[in-house]
Amino acid sequence: MAKNQGAALDRKKFFADPIMVTTICVLIAFLTLFILYPLAILLVDSFVTPEGVSLSIFQRVLGMSSFRKAITNTLKVGFLVGIASALIGLLFAYVEVYVKLKTRFMAGLFKVVSMLPVVSPPFVLSLSMIMLFGKAGIITRFLLHIYDNNVYGFWGIAIVQTLTFFPVCYMMMRGLLKNIDPSLEEAARDMGASRWTVFRTVTLPLVLPGLGNAFLVTFIESIADFANPMIIGGSYDTLATTIYLQITGAYDKEGASAMAVVLLTITLLMFIVQKYYLEARSTATLSGKASRQRMLIEDRSVTIPLTILCSLLALFVVMMYVCVPFGALFKTWGYDFHLTTKWFKQVFTKYKGFKAFKDSFVLSLIASPITALLSMIISYLVVKRSFKAKGFIEAVSMLAMAVPGTVLGIGYIRGFSAGVFRTGFLQGLYGTGAILVIVFIVRSLPTGTRSGISALRQIDKSIEESAYDMGADSFTVFMTVTLPLIKDSFLSGLVTAFVRSITAISAIILLVTPRYLLITVQINEFAEKGAYGIACAFATILIAITYSAVLLMNLVIKYFGTSKMYKEE
Amino acid sequence: MAKEKKGVRLEHISKIYQDPKTKKNFYAVKDTTLDIEPGSFVTLLGPSGCGKTTTLRMIAGFESPDEGEIYLGGEPINALTPNKRDTAMVFQSYALLPHYNIFDNVAYGLKLRKMDKAVIKEKVTGILKLVGLEGMEARMTNQLSGGQQQRVALARALVLEPGVLLFDEPLSNLDAKLRVSMRTEIRRIQQEAGITAVYVTHDQSEAMAISDKVIIMENGIVAQMGTPQEIYYHPKSEFVADFIGEANFLRGPLISRNGANGTADISGNKVDVAGVEGHKVGDTCTLVLRPESALVADQGQLPCTVTLSCFMGSYQNYHVLVGDTRVIVTDFNPKNKKIYKVGDKAFVAFDPENVHVL
Repeated sequence: MAKNQGAALDRKKFFADPIMVTTICVLIAFLTLFILYPLAILLVDSFVTPEGVSLSIFQRVLGMSSFRKAITNTLKVGFLVGIASALIGLLFAYVEVYVKLKTRFMAGLFKVVSMLPVVSPPFVLSLSMIMLFGKAGIITRFLLHIYDNNVYGFWGIAIVQTLTFFPVCYMMMRGLLKNIDPSLEEAARDMGASRWTVFRTVTLPLVLPGLGNAFLVTFIESIADFANPMIIGGSYDTLATTIYLQITGAYDKEGASAMAVVLLTITLLMFIVQKYYLEARSTATLSGKASRQRMLIEDRSVTIPLTILCSLLALFVVMMYVCVPFGALFKTWGYDFHLTTKWFKQVFTKYKGFKAFKDSFVLSLIASPITALLSMIISYLVVKRSFKAKGFIEAVSMLAMAVPGTVLGIGYIRGFSAGVFRTGFLQGLYGTGAILVIVFIVRSLPTGTRSGISALRQIDKSIEESAYDMGADSFTVFMTVTLPLIKDSFLSGLVTAFVRSITAISAIILLVTPRYLLITVQINEFAEKGAYGIACAFATILIAITYSAVLLMNLVIKYFGTSKMYKEE
Repeated sequence: MAKEKKGVRLEHISKIYQDPKTKKNFYAVKDTTLDIEPGSFVTLLGPSGCGKTTTLRMIAGFESPDEGEIYLGGEPINALTPNKRDTAMVFQSYALLPHYNIFDNVAYGLKLRKMDKAVIKEKVTGILKLVGLEGMEARMTNQLSGGQQQRVALARALVLEPGVLLFDEPLSNLDAKLRVSMRTEIRRIQQEAGITAVYVTHDQSEAMAISDKVIIMENGIVAQMGTPQEIYYHPKSEFVADFIGEANFLRGPLISRNGANGTADISGNKVDVAGVEGHKVGDTCTLVLRPESALVADQGQLPCTVTLSCFMGSYQNYHVLVGDTRVIVTDFNPKNKKIYKVGDKAFVAFDPENVHVL
């Protein structure tokens, strides 16, 4: 029994579609060159010495006590941040899904909390943390009269990262809790279990894999995070900052490569566990929509403490963000609270603000439509078509999710500064805006692909087949059927890519040349120097830009989106 | 209306799939040879997993046959992609394009053929009239009932004037009453358009009502092909007899034969049968007796005991035991007839001409 003829015919039909074949080839080339190759070159760099293949470089970097310290530091922070974020996320999700919230103010507060980290650059909270609790911090110095509070180091990083990442966990846990059939819990209540017993024996076991999933996702984010440890870490080095210093300070390229391989190995392992073990489990236990409305908890002994706890946390987060524009408006933070516009003026007069915003804006604007389109094409190929290289495309575009920006940055330096495989091929790319755009694309691709895949899975396969059957080729099917049906996902992918690009820093900071001024790099620079006024002014304008982009997207989706005209049955 | 009626020919077609669990290959369709005449309405009928949809999808081009060749109007089409084939399919889920209104859905294929706008308008209007949807051009698909969506799907396929029209269980999402009226519609439209149609269903009454020919498939193999009457009255196997309509099977040796007529021994009773040319004396033969061809009576060929007697309105439903064999009998129009009760001793009576022997 041989499937030869069928396979041969499928191949023939496949190659009868030149646009699709070209697209796939271009995609494979792009993914190989800009994701796989830079990572491969790191391996080459760290294993190949003039004396041949050896572990000597690893021996050398692992011999550095500072590097060993960085590993334990990173893991310690990641562990704490992962647990704290998952638990706070669960708390918020539980309160939203299970507890009757009395006021609309609370609902609004929850929405703001889930929204803020999306629109703000990832390291803004470090700035506010220093301004509120640092030596010149408003709370420490002026309210509590502590003059030598040290926010830098382990606790600073951990708190800031937790506040930055827990909203992601909150969104994940909310989705899971909403899918639990309320009758499961009602059955347990009916059999005489107290509310706490129900939570402990029914709800919690059901969401436990999801909680583990949230923990690992945050863990990966935390150990890959560069900017927060950079600003608030002080002398507490993590892997990302150590690698950065190793290449920019010590010019030790091989050492940095080996360190990057260590960091990559850790995130990759976590990612594999998360992706193949926990993700499948966390959805398998809870599939389908809740059968009916859940009876919300109205018992005051439950609602009041939970509401107060959440409100305090949420208000704290909001305060952290609010402190940024004020940081830009006060004359001298911590000493002179007269309002002034001098920082904003200086941004544009003294510090080439216009150029920074133009560069960041234009590069992100170029990157986002390419990212959105690429991720939709990848999702289409992965969900709707079957061909040999599909597994490769899916795996590599998901792999990018597990690669910390710093690692990618080092890979690009090593991989492209002297051309591909040091042959000079494509050397012209290095130091240009194009390579920055490519980094933006690679960094945002996995998120876009993820949302594209889940959007496409909801579309009945036969809708596209029918168009194909009526005479449309793959390209026409994609343009006239697939894309219009996932317009919402495409639009949000567009904006997410834009926001992620304009707020990106970790890989970019290694690759940017003086020809380009990027806002995030400027903020980082001024924050490190302690010029908080300027840093805050930059950050405020940046948040305004990203927030407008998100608002614009919501408006466009509301009036032109697909969900308005048709709903899946 | 069609440019040209095309016939479909499948020559030794096989499709092999891999079982996802055991990783073993198996035939979803095996060595199937079919000749579908131009302009005829042919139904592929069978239980789920029998290969009927796979066969249809191979004709459409979504699946590639692992053995054999498919011809459409005499041309081999194995290597053609679905968009290059002169086929049009009506999907089970209708698969209307949800972001287009009805006009644009029907016009989609015509626009791809770069037709003139005026021509498209004329054709779409004409076809919507044929399916009874005139004046609804501007509606979106989600504003239509299931039956109307079905008509759009049909119009969209018809308007392309394909060589062959393919239906993949198009009525299975409709309620029972609508299903009956829609199948009559489909048959009318197919005859008016004079188009070749291949229709997949697992509903035997639908298949009989609509088709010129019915092809019954079992485990990837064609079990029988013929007109609805041939298949109903002269099934070639127990599977076919049982799948199409209800059937009782009575087994026993042939004890004498004279030409086409003979006598069989069923549970110790001598039963005269016709159509036994193919059997030798001593062979075990199986008598296929349709429930509506038999009666429960005071006299008859087979003594029996009534185990169920149930009034169904238009008929009285009996289950009786003949020896160890359960026989179902439906006695139509029972108003003025004797009704037997559970436990009654009686006879199963039938006309030997109405018994088909396997």
